[in-house]
Amino acid sequence: MSHKEEKLKIISEEFVENEDKEAEKLKKKLKVQKQRRKKQLQDSGLEEHLEGEANLGFQQEQHQEESEPNLLSMAIRQGPRNLPPIPSTSRTGFAEFSMRERMRKKLKAARSKAENALLQEIPSPRPRHFVNHREEEEVTGFDEEQPGKSVLREATRGSSQRSTRVKFQDFGRKTKFKAQVPPGFPTAEEAYNFFTFNFDPEPEKDETKDKKREESNQEVEEGEEEEEQPAHEEQVGKMDEEEAVNEKEADDFLLDLDQTVHDFLVIRAAEYESIHEMQKKEREILFRPSSITVPIYKKIPENMQPRYLEDEGLYTGERPMVPRSNQNIMENRLLIQEQERKWFGDDGRILALPNPIKQFSTRPPIFSPEEGIEAGLETLYKKAVNSVRNNQYIVGSGDSLGQFQLDIDISGLIFTHHPCFSREHVLAAKLAQLYDQYLARRQRNKTKFLTDKLSALRNAVHTLPDYTKPHGSGHTAQESMNKYKFEIRQTRKLRDAEEEKDRILLKTMIKVWKEMKSLRDFQKFTNTPIKLFLRKEEVDWKIDEKTFETEIQAETNELLEEHMEEYEKKMEEYKTEYQEWKAWKKAQRIKKKKKKATEEQDEVTEEPEYGEEPVKPIPPEPIDRSTIEQQVREKALHNRRKPGEPVLVPELSLAGSVTPNEHCPRAEILRREDIKKRSVFLKVLFNNKEVSRTVSRQIGMDFRVHFGQIFNLQIHNWPESLTLQIYETVGYGSTNLLAEVFLPIPETTVFTGRASIEEVEFSSNQHVTLNHEGVGSGEPFSFEADGSNKMILMTSGKVSNSVSWAIGENGMPLVPPASQQSIGIRRKVDAIASIGASGLTDMKKLAKWATESKLDPNDPNNASLMQLIMVATTGDTYIPEFFRLEQLQQEFNFASDEELNRSKRFRLLRLRSLEVPEFRNFKQVPVYDREIMEKVFQDYEKRIRDRGVIETKDHLDTHRAVVAKYLQQVRESVINRFLIAKHHFLLSDLVVEEDVPNISILGVSLFKLAEQKRPLKPRRKGRKKVPTQNLSDGDIKVLVNVLRAYDIPVRKPITSKLQQPSRSSRPFSETLVTSPSTQSPAHTVDNVLSQVLVRPFVEVSFQRTVCHTTTAEGPNPSWNEELELPFRAPNSDYSTASMQSVKDDIFINIFDEVLYDILEDDRERGSGIHTRIERHWLGSVRIPFSTLYFQGRIDGTFKIDVPPVLLGYSKERNIINERGFDSLRSLSEGTYITLFMTIEPHLVPGESVREKMTDMLKKFDSQEDEKLLQATEKFQVECALKFPKRQCLTTVTNLSGKTVFITRYLKPLNPPQEILDMYPNNPQATAELVARYVALIPFLPDNVSFSGICDLWSTSDQFLDLLAGDEEEHAVLLCNYFLALGKKAWLVMGNAIPEGPTAYVLTWEQSQYLIWNPCSGRFYGQFDTFCPLKSVGCLISPDNIWFNIQRYDSPMRINFDITKPKLWKSFFSRSLPYPGLSSVQPEELIYQRTDKVATSELQDRIEKILKEKIMEWRPRHMTRWNRYCTSTLRHFLPLLEKNQGKEVEDDHRAELLRQLGDYRFSGFPIHMAFSEVKPLIEAVYSTGVHNIDISNVEFALAVYVHAYPKNVLSVWIYVASLVRNK
Amino acid sequence: MAVANPTVFLLMVNGQVESAQFPEFDDLYCKYCFVYGQDWAPTSGLEEGISQITSKSQDVQQSLVWNFPVDITFKSTNPYGWPQIVISVYGPDFFGNDVVRGYGAVHVPFAPGRHKRTIPMFVPESTSKLQKWTSWFMGRRPEYTDPKIVAQGEGREVTRVRSQGFVTLSLNVVTKDLKKLGYHTSSLDLQASSVIDLSEGVLK
Repeated sequence: MSHKEEKLKIISEEFVENEDKEAEKLKKKLKVQKQRRKKQLQDSGLEEHLEGEANLGFQQEQHQEESEPNLLSMAIRQGPRNLPPIPSTSRTGFAEFSMRERMRKKLKAARSKAENALLQEIPSPRPRHFVNHREEEEVTGFDEEQPGKSVLREATRGSSQRSTRVKFQDFGRKTKFKAQVPPGFPTAEEAYNFFTFNFDPEPEKDETKDKKREESNQEVEEGEEEEEQPAHEEQVGKMDEEEAVNEKEADDFLLDLDQTVHDFLVIRAAEYESIHEMQKKEREILFRPSSITVPIYKKIPENMQPRYLEDEGLYTGERPMVPRSNQNIMENRLLIQEQERKWFGDDGRILALPNPIKQFSTRPPIFSPEEGIEAGLETLYKKAVNSVRNNQYIVGSGDSLGQFQLDIDISGLIFTHHPCFSREHVLAAKLAQLYDQYLARRQRNKTKFLTDKLSALRNAVHTLPDYTKPHGSGHTAQESMNKYKFEIRQTRKLRDAEEEKDRILLKTMIKVWKEMKSLRDFQKFTNTPIKLFLRKEEVDWKIDEKTFETEIQAETNELLEEHMEEYEKKMEEYKTEYQEWKAWKKAQRIKKKKKKATEEQDEVTEEPEYGEEPVKPIPPEPIDRSTIEQQVREKALHNRRKPGEPVLVPELSLAGSVTPNEHCPRAEILRREDIKKRSVFLKVLFNNKEVSRTVSRQIGMDFRVHFGQIFNLQIHNWPESLTLQIYETVGYGSTNLLAEVFLPIPETTVFTGRASIEEVEFSSNQHVTLNHEGVGSGEPFSFEADGSNKMILMTSGKVSNSVSWAIGENGMPLVPPASQQSIGIRRKVDAIASIGASGLTDMKKLAKWATESKLDPNDPNNASLMQLIMVATTGDTYIPEFFRLEQLQQEFNFASDEELNRSKRFRLLRLRSLEVPEFRNFKQVPVYDREIMEKVFQDYEKRIRDRGVIETKDHLDTHRAVVAKYLQQVRESVINRFLIAKHHFLLSDLVVEEDVPNISILGVSLFKLAEQKRPLKPRRKGRKKVPTQNLSDGDIKVLVNVLRAYDIPVRKPITSKLQQPSRSSRPFSETLVTSPSTQSPAHTVDNVLSQVLVRPFVEVSFQRTVCHTTTAEGPNPSWNEELELPFRAPNSDYSTASMQSVKDDIFINIFDEVLYDILEDDRERGSGIHTRIERHWLGSVRIPFSTLYFQGRIDGTFKIDVPPVLLGYSKERNIINERGFDSLRSLSEGTYITLFMTIEPHLVPGESVREKMTDMLKKFDSQEDEKLLQATEKFQVECALKFPKRQCLTTVTNLSGKTVFITRYLKPLNPPQEILDMYPNNPQATAELVARYVALIPFLPDNVSFSGICDLWSTSDQFLDLLAGDEEEHAVLLCNYFLALGKKAWLVMGNAIPEGPTAYVLTWEQSQYLIWNPCSGRFYGQFDTFCPLKSVGCLISPDNIWFNIQRYDSPMRINFDITKPKLWKSFFSRSLPYPGLSSVQPEELIYQRTDKVATSELQDRIEKILKEKIMEWRPRHMTRWNRYCTSTLRHFLPLLEKNQGKEVEDDHRAELLRQLGDYRFSGFPIHMAFSEVKPLIEAVYSTGVHNIDISNVEFALAVYVHAYPKNVLSVWIYVASLVRNK
Repeated sequence: MAVANPTVFLLMVNGQVESAQFPEFDDLYCKYCFVYGQDWAPTSGLEEGISQITSKSQDVQQSLVWNFPVDITFKSTNPYGWPQIVISVYGPDFFGNDVVRGYGAVHVPFAPGRHKRTIPMFVPESTSKLQKWTSWFMGRRPEYTDPKIVAQGEGREVTRVRSQGFVTLSLNVVTKDLKKLGYHTSSLDLQASSVIDLSEGVLK
């Protein structure tokens, strides 16, 4: 409600005081009217408008006087706005008219009244400016109801008790205090607008409105009004006549307006109420609950005492934590508001439910309505499956659980039988066994126990009151007597049995001992120190006799009693039977009599009674006491010691002496020697994996082996199994598994120090026959001379061991958490934590704890625990034998499991979401199964199937297959880890944020502000790097700029030894150039000047896309051409990870284009040209894409791999013109090409992942000294500060992920002896050969295999075993060899072309430094311009690291003298001396000779595969093989190997040409290190030999594999095409 | 792989990025792009767009109106990965550097018809006060490496953002064959089908 309205209301209230009541009554009606009015206004153009008005007028007529003032209050009581318009019922214009007239009159009257009132109340003059926008107000007056309405709503809602008479001030105060503006009130903004806006009349609008009003039935532009509404809201209701105006015809209204408008304006001074008054009023309305504690009597009903349920022993839950003051406030509030106190409990506190928050997480229990398990909740056994992304290959992964330790103490081993046992040993073992048994029995002493029990029972029987007495408890006494007697009987039987056993044991022992003694006598030597003594313990005859007698008597009595009882029973039976029998007899007799009497009458009836004549019972014999006594005595004599007989106590001792060897027969000596040869060790297998083994110990003469070793197993998981394997080694021969012993996994309470040593028996079923005294195992043997009574013994024994959990440093047991155990008891109850890990396994302890800690048994929190304790103590255990996982899962399954498995679509979707490589980027999984081809899964299934199978097809060599498999597995595991890492985001992965700049950067950036915007000499700007992930196929291109080449081999003219080639097949170009001299006789070798040397072009192939340059001429061509090759990522996956693992190579091949004129007819020469183009491969450069990707660009001059023999070409610079330059390049002969390569757009080689990984690797532990690690860090930081770009390496990661100081890798290691023997007197040649050997080990960049994640260094022996490694491994091995050869050698870390950051080897030869490329085996002088090593970062020797702190880093410009500290910063110096680090390398390398047969087999297979491939590549042509040529080549290849591809060319050519005179021959040998077949195929393909499509072409292919030690294979492939000359 | 022309359903979206409310900023432009699952492919229309720069209106609303049209058709075999439209708003800061003013994303409505969506926008926060100051000073506010991140849930836990304003979109959605493949996207669908059944019954 606006202010003005309020004011008016006050006025009008005074005025209409008496009419107020009526006004109230009318309010409702008026509200309705108001509604209608509103509606009508909205569609005022319609007839209904009039009708409504009439309606209104009609009502107003009735309440003429009241209506005017009530309009104000009416505004307060506004109803909902959206009532439907009243449908017009009549359309009579006449009625309307009259109504209108009447309305007008009444309005006038009302208006004058109001005017009067206003004038009376506010005599102050009206400001002029209000007149100005009077019209405006009229217009906006339509909307006065809206604010009114909202005020009303507010008023009614806000305070129901507040009367409509509440004054404006009240409102104002309220708003002020509430600090919120009720929707109807003008906001500050609106108010401001009101007072500041210039409300000039808008002429056009008014005009149109006026016009429309004049037309009276026209539509009012409602929209406009509404737009204006907010600005003028506060004006509404200012004038009461505005209300009326709305109802009037527009013309009327305008007429009235001019005269009356300023009469309605009332201006009053703002009213002010003093603050005290306001506070007073406020007090009336507001209530502030105090936070003082409410006395209890207020909160509970009168005359009641607070009742505390807890004190009464009832369970009351823990109340949720609410601050005291808040509770008080709430209580006060409730007390004021509600009188009933229903919110308070009996104890005077607010009712509260127990705290619903549990300390542990639970899942809601399942209430099954019926007994048993519901079908839907039935458990289903599912086999546990390993996650694919397990990290079994990488150790020390970030396990959260930490490590636990299991201590396995293996103290020793005793054989109870062994093949080497002599007969005596067998007996000794038997004796020992018996003795053990005896000791065990004696310890238990069951006989004694039973005897005591028996006497106790007898006493009890005697003391028992006589049951025959007439006593109240007679019956019970009888019962207990019977019970006792039964007990006595049982006990006696047991005792007898035990006594008998004891006796027999003793007897057997003595018997065995006797046998042994006789055996010793017989064989005349003793083997075992075993001796049995029988100690006699004398006993007092009389006492003994007495006890014996009493015992016998007691027993006899008992037996007698028993028998008596039995007898009596039998007597009873007999008597009853006898009675029956008698009765029967009697009956019979009577019958007989009757029969006699009635015989004549009926004879038939008696017949059936004859059949059942009972036997006459025999009375039982009475028992004779003497016989029973006799029996008892007999038994006693048999089982028991006779009275007076001394007690025999056997004692086994090892005091005997063993006959020394010299006194023994030969067989026995042999046996003893055999034992000496034998040794035993134990392997400890944890979860079926060998974790450690004991040392190998000899078996002692007594067949005892003592180990005394404790193995601490650091484990992560609860062990599944723990096994000991016992191995026996005989001499130097192989070890064989004797037996496996399964150890129980200890309880969680068994800790080291408390565990007792246990003996676990084992036995083996091996059959061993020995040819000496040893009895063997599983073989029958006999002690008797005649060989009877054979026995068979198997090897067996006992392992004494103890397994226990270790206790950590802080006293915490290192036991895996209980959750890992498969114990079917709920363990999540927190109480368990207070007892210890093994709490629930010990119920008594738990129960004890429960009573001690005074658990509230009523607390539902403890219900489960209580139940458990109850179950445990009462014994009726019900532990469910199942546990449920996701028991409600089934309800959420949208398809059954079978359906899921069957559907190809679901399978595809699932595999994709698992990120299986084949499906990771599968797009558009079809909707229907039928649209999915079966072959989609083929690759995947094949891969899964082949996972375990090592296939030799691709590898031809099992060793390499195994290695490949291993690498594959490592790779997979790394990739899987990588995938996990991909889902782990760092902030930098998501948000690009500038680093906080330091001063210098800030300065530079400030300087940049002043920089010229368009410098005259613009600086070169780097290309923008593009992250790869949002790229797609075709976006990436590889640009290769081929600039020029040097020293390309030139064609050699065909020597005169050959017959002149026929003109038609002569090289065309040659023909062209030398055409004048073609016919001249001077066409010989010497005529070199006139020859076209070579027409080379470059072909670049990448991902089977081929591009080539134009053809240039001469041996030093310049192409300057840019070639563009598209790049496709594998599986269209352009993520960084996938890009890093691209393994494709870029091949740059140089060909010579040869044109042959094949014009048949010379006469046509004038009119046509008919030539054939042939291309001859000259050499190639291979650059891996990964290098390009990581480097961004490759720019430089590369040596071309030219085959050692290029038939028809020569590298001899026989051109005089070039002689001059030759001397310059004498050092580096070879062919070179200058290239510039890059990727467009520039890709970011996702370093972030690598960094993340290295961070992770840093977490791996190191065996290095902490000090050393700190020093390395410091060193690296210092170096990086000075020369951030130079590579400085101090620590590397080894294969198991541990950080190792780099110098530990360097150590002199022996090269294979074969190689050393080859040139014993030529160190230079030896060095080269060694380098060649190293280079022959296949290269495997580990950024490919490990996706650029981590560079792992393997030691040289690992490297040789794996037969694969990257630069580092090659360099380390080469350096180690050189060190062994006595050279001064260093590892050079630096940058090279094209490898990028790499490792080379530097050696100091007489007066010069040589740089060796370990991967190619080549070496360069320090000042060789073509040396691929472009910068040197640091040098590493076995004992130090030197960092290059010279100004330049190019090898040509630096000084390699490491003694100068100004040039080289050394790691170990005086301040930090070299601590003498031990090497990680093995002592020496052991080389196995490679199997020659396997090599030749491999050779044949490669040849076969390659031949097949060539035929495959020529699908349209027939491929003929020239056998003769092949065999020639095959003979020739070993020669090449021998000379390492050097200096054979001439002889070779001469020989070849001699042999293949008729053929034009093009071909060359390819030399490679052997790793797989695929690279060989790739290399052959890249030469393009198969591309010749002359019809009569023939091929020759020969393969030679030369084997170096340790399976290092050098492969030579000679591939050639032959065309028969016509 | 799969058949050349698998059965698909089509989703056509057109509409416009209507306006934005950024009370503190002026002269903004917006970019939109779509993020969709692997089974989706745009068949026609622009997947990404960048709008004109707009200044605030002078009225009280002070809205920034772009009325930048969006028109694209997708085909898909799987409703999983339903397209989301990602809006990012940029504008100059105090020094005139172009900085990001808000990121926001919303799924394209499932049900055919006209839809109006108001997306709350947010920007990543600097990690420290100092960085906040320097980023303000240098005009290099933190940005997402890829606006599409706002349409994915993974990895968001590492970022902190601040709310910035609202962008209003109106989208008209038409689908084809979606029902044929068994996906009912609106309650209307179900009703309509039952009504048809009834009327058919009556007709018969």
